[in-house]
Amino acid sequence: MPMLSRLQWAISLAVLALLLALPFLLPSFWTGNIMGRAIVYGIVAMSLTFLASYGGFISLAQTMIAGIAGYTVAVLAPTAIPLGNHWLPYWALIPLAVAAATFAGAVVGLIAVRTREIYLLMITLALAVGFSLFAQSNIDWFNGYEGIRNILGPDIFGYPFRNLYVFYYSSLLVATALYFLVLYVVKTPFGLVLQGIRDNPRRVSAIGFNVGVHRVASFALAGFIAGWGGVLITFYNIGITPGSIGIWATVNVLVMAVIGGLGHPIGAFIGALVYTLFDTFAATIYDRDRFNTLIGLVFLVIVLVSPDGLLGLFRRLTGWRTGRSVATETMEEKT
Amino acid sequence: MLRKRLSHSTAVAAIAAAAFVLTGPAPATAEDDVIVIGSITTLEGPFATGGQDAYRAMEMAFEEIDYTIAGKRIEWIRESSDAQADVALARARKLIEQDDVDIIIGPLSGAEGIALRDYSRTLEGKTIVNGSSGAADTTLRDPSPNFFRFNTEGTQWTAGLGNYVYDELGVDHVALVAADYAFPYAQVMGFMLEYCAAGGAVTKLWSPLNTTDFGSIIANIPEDAGAIVLIQGGTDALAFLTQYAETGGDRPIIGGSITADQTLLSARGPHQRLMEGMVAAGPIADLNDDPMWIEWVEAYRERFPDGFDSPSIHAFNYYTNTKAVLLALEEVDGDLSDNQAAFQEALANVEFQNPMGANVRLDHNRQAISDIFLTRVVNDGGTMRTEAFGTTEGVTQSMGMDEEEFLALGSPSRDNPDCPPGS
Repeated sequence: MPMLSRLQWAISLAVLALLLALPFLLPSFWTGNIMGRAIVYGIVAMSLTFLASYGGFISLAQTMIAGIAGYTVAVLAPTAIPLGNHWLPYWALIPLAVAAATFAGAVVGLIAVRTREIYLLMITLALAVGFSLFAQSNIDWFNGYEGIRNILGPDIFGYPFRNLYVFYYSSLLVATALYFLVLYVVKTPFGLVLQGIRDNPRRVSAIGFNVGVHRVASFALAGFIAGWGGVLITFYNIGITPGSIGIWATVNVLVMAVIGGLGHPIGAFIGALVYTLFDTFAATIYDRDRFNTLIGLVFLVIVLVSPDGLLGLFRRLTGWRTGRSVATETMEEKT
Repeated sequence: MLRKRLSHSTAVAAIAAAAFVLTGPAPATAEDDVIVIGSITTLEGPFATGGQDAYRAMEMAFEEIDYTIAGKRIEWIRESSDAQADVALARARKLIEQDDVDIIIGPLSGAEGIALRDYSRTLEGKTIVNGSSGAADTTLRDPSPNFFRFNTEGTQWTAGLGNYVYDELGVDHVALVAADYAFPYAQVMGFMLEYCAAGGAVTKLWSPLNTTDFGSIIANIPEDAGAIVLIQGGTDALAFLTQYAETGGDRPIIGGSITADQTLLSARGPHQRLMEGMVAAGPIADLNDDPMWIEWVEAYRERFPDGFDSPSIHAFNYYTNTKAVLLALEEVDGDLSDNQAAFQEALANVEFQNPMGANVRLDHNRQAISDIFLTRVVNDGGTMRTEAFGTTEGVTQSMGMDEEEFLALGSPSRDNPDCPPGS
């Protein structure tokens, strides 16, 4: 089964071309701090969307896993303040951080392997809160509340990572690769089994698949995705603090995924973009002392009007279908 | 069916992206006769009331000159953070890159300050002046040429306290009850440098932030400790003092700079017995004889009847930093050309008196050198207030030590410095 049809490739490439051209069309603030920020947070949100959309697992631990990658980079970075006892060059550090996140994802999957729905939510929430409190109280490795600063990122072709274009294009490249990775994986036998588990784990188990192993593997893959997001977010924020992975950061990622729509990976990026726009400009369009009220109201309206996010809203308005329903039908066709 | 799937979702993305291209606002264009000052404080989260008070003080500073300097109008863009470094950084980027401000005044808390210090290093022709953040490393280690701080920080704030406890109170062994994070470490270091050098010994008892039960700590206070040094803030300090008073404790209490805050002073309960006469050190006191302070507090109360009874430490720090910016702008007639070279030069050399009447000037790391006050809690007609009774003049960030020597001591931590009894 091909991953994408010819038309889909064409449209995808057109969107990608537009994104590639954006830095030349938009003011620099929009490139780096709206689009760039939306892309890096969107990657973490997409790891949640992947789990939710194809596995039916709502995990609140994705921000924590991104944080594990971020702290791995920060603790071992050559430019870190305070500098650790050991450090590695960035080319070795980034794969190591992503590997750590993948491993952490598998561990979270293993811990939560027997839980579903609200219990899964509670376990992953507990892990997330626990890790951020640990980071806040650990001075020796994580430098406590102040966190680790000055994580500048690698030089790419002689340009510093802080350079707007380097940051934007690197993030876009990583996001695009991960996005297509998700689309590819869900068409593989592994992805199809995963969707089977979402719809009916007992039946999948009866066919002879090991549900537990598939679940842990899907969490590991989500950890891999979130790890890349965590590395890029740490470079974007020039460092990491316990606040970057705390309860509010966790909720923010959940909000991005939900308002975008949990039905398809692209929803994560749309949600991240909408969130970033409101987070940045709400104070400009509304009273500065009370702008959080506006943000809250907008999200409330989106979720009320369309429980499946902006993607669902778009689908209902146009009569088009995306994501989940189609994937389910695919399963039905097969079985 | 599969075909529809991706094409539709990518179409959504395309439309969304196109919409933003079309609606993306043009960046604000700076006019010649306008100086744009951005500010960041915490109007959300745990320090929201302190952040509000900070903006009150900034408003006072701008109103004093009627938002005008050398014929140029000052435009003030306010932003809010929630005391998280990432949020402060996102707001600073927005102010610099979208609103095109010339100067940022802020932020309020320690980790935010360090984040903005790192960001300021990447900027050209922009200046960040601290608001109220007090982490030592913001200016002590790896300082940024574009970051200025006209308020003193946590280590400086305890200047004079160690000598006072050893010489005046005659106590040679104290029990230190402190919260286990960066700000208390800095305060403890300032206290212990003096106290240990004078010959005192310290038994340290750390507690996590937001501790409610201090039973085990109280049980561990050594018999021969002559006083308790309490470096805690807010509800933690209240919880400790209440519990200590209930167990019949009667050792004198020495406070840190944030111990004697309004939470403690206005709360009623058994801790009040221990509070009166509590000695602490810091950059401000509610009661101070200096005419500048009396005048400033009166102006504050008149301008903001719904503000605090006495301006908070955040109001004081934001005012001091804003004042420095305005003085430097006056000095150069509001000229910010040449990547702000003349302005930054003037800012580095500005010397003035803060509302406490203390002289403020900068060291070579652009960190304030100023006076620190010994304070005592007094019963002022039924209201508990802090009163200044002693001054340590011109406290430097290296606490009067040679800077190399001070840096060689290392960052403050649980174990640094150390002078346990019997050593």
